[in-house]
Amino acid sequence: MKIVIIGNGISGITAARWIRKLSDHEITVISGESDYFYSRTALMYIYMGHMRKKDTQPYENWFWEKNRIHLIRAWVENIDFNHKTLQLKKAIQVNKTKPAPPKEIKYDKLIIATGSSPNKFGWPGQDLEGVRGLYSLQDLGYMERHSKNLKRAVIVGGGLIGIEMAEMFHSRNIPVTFLVREKSYWNNVLPLEESNMINQHIIENHIDLKLNTELKEIIDDGTGKVAAIITTEGEKIECGYVGLTAGVHPNISFLKNTDLEIGRGIKVNEYLETNIKDVYAIGDCAEQKNPLEGRRAIEAIWYTGRMMGETVAYNICDKKIKYNPGIWFNSAKFFEIEYQVYGNIQANPPEHHESIYWEHSEGNKSIRIVFDKNTSETLGFNLMGIRYRHELCEKWIREKTNIEEVLQNLGAANFDPEFYTQYENDLIDIYNQKTGKNISLKKRRSFNNFFKIFSK
Amino acid sequence: MNQDNHSFSLANPNPSHLNLGQKISIAVGMLGIFLILITWGGLTLPRPDIFLSITIFMMMAGSIGFGYFSYKNKIPGIKNNNVWFDSFMNRGTWGWVFGIVLTALYIFLYWAPQYLGKASGDAANTGLVALFDPLSYLLKGQKASEWFVYGTLYTVAVLGMGVKYILKYRHNRYQIVRTLSVMFFQLGFAFLLPEFLMAMKEPYYDFKNMWPLNFYFFQDWSLDSMLADSSKLGWLMLTSGFLMMFLISPILTYFYGKRWYCSWVCGCGGLAETAGDPFRHLSDKSLFAWKLERWIIYSVLVFVTITSVALIYSYSYNRQGKIMATPQDVALIVIGLMLLGIILIWALKKYTQVFTKKMLIIVTSILGFIALMSALTFVTGSSNVFIIDTYQLKFWYGLFISQAFAGVIGVGFYPLLGNRVWCRFGCPMAAILGIQQKFFSRFRITTNGGQCISCGNCSTYCEMGIDVRAYAQKGQDIVRSSCVGCGVCAAVCPRGVLRLENGSTDITERTKQLRTIHVTEDEIKIL
Repeated sequence: MKIVIIGNGISGITAARWIRKLSDHEITVISGESDYFYSRTALMYIYMGHMRKKDTQPYENWFWEKNRIHLIRAWVENIDFNHKTLQLKKAIQVNKTKPAPPKEIKYDKLIIATGSSPNKFGWPGQDLEGVRGLYSLQDLGYMERHSKNLKRAVIVGGGLIGIEMAEMFHSRNIPVTFLVREKSYWNNVLPLEESNMINQHIIENHIDLKLNTELKEIIDDGTGKVAAIITTEGEKIECGYVGLTAGVHPNISFLKNTDLEIGRGIKVNEYLETNIKDVYAIGDCAEQKNPLEGRRAIEAIWYTGRMMGETVAYNICDKKIKYNPGIWFNSAKFFEIEYQVYGNIQANPPEHHESIYWEHSEGNKSIRIVFDKNTSETLGFNLMGIRYRHELCEKWIREKTNIEEVLQNLGAANFDPEFYTQYENDLIDIYNQKTGKNISLKKRRSFNNFFKIFSK
Repeated sequence: MNQDNHSFSLANPNPSHLNLGQKISIAVGMLGIFLILITWGGLTLPRPDIFLSITIFMMMAGSIGFGYFSYKNKIPGIKNNNVWFDSFMNRGTWGWVFGIVLTALYIFLYWAPQYLGKASGDAANTGLVALFDPLSYLLKGQKASEWFVYGTLYTVAVLGMGVKYILKYRHNRYQIVRTLSVMFFQLGFAFLLPEFLMAMKEPYYDFKNMWPLNFYFFQDWSLDSMLADSSKLGWLMLTSGFLMMFLISPILTYFYGKRWYCSWVCGCGGLAETAGDPFRHLSDKSLFAWKLERWIIYSVLVFVTITSVALIYSYSYNRQGKIMATPQDVALIVIGLMLLGIILIWALKKYTQVFTKKMLIIVTSILGFIALMSALTFVTGSSNVFIIDTYQLKFWYGLFISQAFAGVIGVGFYPLLGNRVWCRFGCPMAAILGIQQKFFSRFRITTNGGQCISCGNCSTYCEMGIDVRAYAQKGQDIVRSSCVGCGVCAAVCPRGVLRLENGSTDITERTKQLRTIHVTEDEIKIL
């Protein structure tokens, strides 16, 4: 059987790897962006000089031949679902010793994993030279070329890519103005205290953070290049680059006007099947028809892409399984502050969510645990500048462990390096003050403590 | 759109200009080095006491000042911005210049010390070596040798760059404690203590250094000096040498992994972790390099074992009547040890499945070969165990391994091949500790569930060239014989995925679990 995967990001490549593990099917991966799979999340580190492009490639180049995963570098122009063929534009073999690929490629099963594109909201001037999002290697190259002699960059949109872009420019001593529509950074996801902590941290890094501010228009310099922006407040900010980081949307424009059922993304069922037989969609570009409770229909994050890739591989190899991403987790790094989240942490929690929150006096570390006020079940963990063990937090949430049991054993979840101060006691003090109880920490950080509790 | 892809400039178009403090620090440090260079060129300075103080002070002030002015206005955290854009750190012109100067220093040290100003006999030193005379007189009442010069510069580098490293990692307590440890062991154990011992007319001995890294331990002059009647502490050195090898090291490695030595105590490791830190990302991460590493490092281990057996045997042969053990005793002990080794490894194979059959055959044949040769020698009573003259073996090991490999390539090539080339490809001590770390140690680097984003920072900054990401993205714990436990992978990870830990739960299961596997077989409906 011939399987074709469009897109060589984490979703497409995970699918290819798992199909190879499970079967002997012929596998072809097509990408217009890059010859080889690289880690998209590491784009910022190339720009910042932490890594070269090749360091962001998780597999050496021989890996693909060895595992009989055929790589074609091309953009897919059109898909003929009736005849099961793809039309390619500018197709070349990644392995240059192979004969040039045909313009048309046949498939028996097709996986679409084309990822996202940065959002543009119809701002005047959004297509000027020097205005761009950050999603692909091409975007990074564009940013690199426009960084020379750049006096100021304006970033529009206070999400994860926005703050990464601020850190990137900052690493090159390029002044940054960061426009955030909300009254506090990423406050639709982060609870108030954590969001405030990041606001402070952004300012501490000499980023000109403008909260409650939106982009009104981008002004050109008369030659088609960006010269300045005007905010909704009417303020004019001169700049040589505008980074558009107000979210992403599924990258599926080439599929419009086909028989494929499309909403915001490609509609898929729980088996990641689209409305057309033998066509699947995974990763950022897939939209769940019936998302699981508490989950969004489109989740454009690395981890869900990886899970979908593995799940679709099983389905393609006739081992049917529903996509189930399990308990929510995510992570990020805001300049120097690491962020990990496990379970149900909401920016605007419902009434029965109770949270205990501890924050370091220096304002760069915090622990939040959310539990159900009525049942005392533990619901989620939100961590800033402190590392906790994924597996143990997940187990506690899955098993609806009582908050007091979790607090007593909390040290076992601590994943910070050796010799780091442990703050679990401070969190427990806060709980005791709040409830008038007298809980104490029984387990401190250690592998053995973790293992005992985890394997119970 | 394709053409965009070719634009990743290796040179940062907006270089981060050095601030005034950094520039002054570089100037001060360079002035210190300049004094070294002109004396190396043959100039003998008057008042070496003053000039040496100035030199050492300037080099220390330069590196500490550079660290201070580099990081003082920065928020504590990972400081790898622009690493790959920097000519000094990315094998650019400055990297090559530095590499060539370092390499030249080693070549002169080993093979032409007279050009550094070393005088033989009672003649007065000149040039570079003469510059260090005052300190040498102060510590042990003798004039300096080229090795004293080297030891002093080495210690200055570990201390100065150690402080810089601590400033760089001031948010990370593991890095701070570990660096203070290597600084302490370098200054106290490797530099001052042996000099004081010499002042007390005792053998020159570094108590933390052990065989086989301390290849000299079994050389005749070393054994002679420890066994000499004039030495009051010789017995302590001899006992401590054996205790380190057979008791202390295995116990500590069992509990903490080889890091207790390689990145906390060892001198080579100490230099690599401090002065070598700017080059850690230059190690080769390819599978090919890993294969090469295993061939070379275990070959060196075999080489040092054979040479050392030959040395001990020949020592007993040449000192018959003067020491207790006869050559026959030595041959029997060697045979016994080798057979014990063979039995041990077969037992382990049977009961723990840690060894593959191929490994078993290779190890058995090597140990068997040594035992067989010793048996032959026992019968023939020859003066050499391995047919080749023992002193030839010693000479070639010294030349190729101790000098060319550990010195010239190991340190001289820091700016080209990374800071752990010797530790990774050559060090026989690392090989032994590594075998133990892999099979009988509680140490592992744990991966935190499914949080890895495959970014590659861990692999890039692994000085040992371990592709850490390959494990982390599978959610697999990392148990690699080469890992020195420096902790930098865990530090640079932007998602908090890695942790160095010691756990007593079944150590043979350390790498079994793959945490990022999402679908479990029992959930699947097979059609």
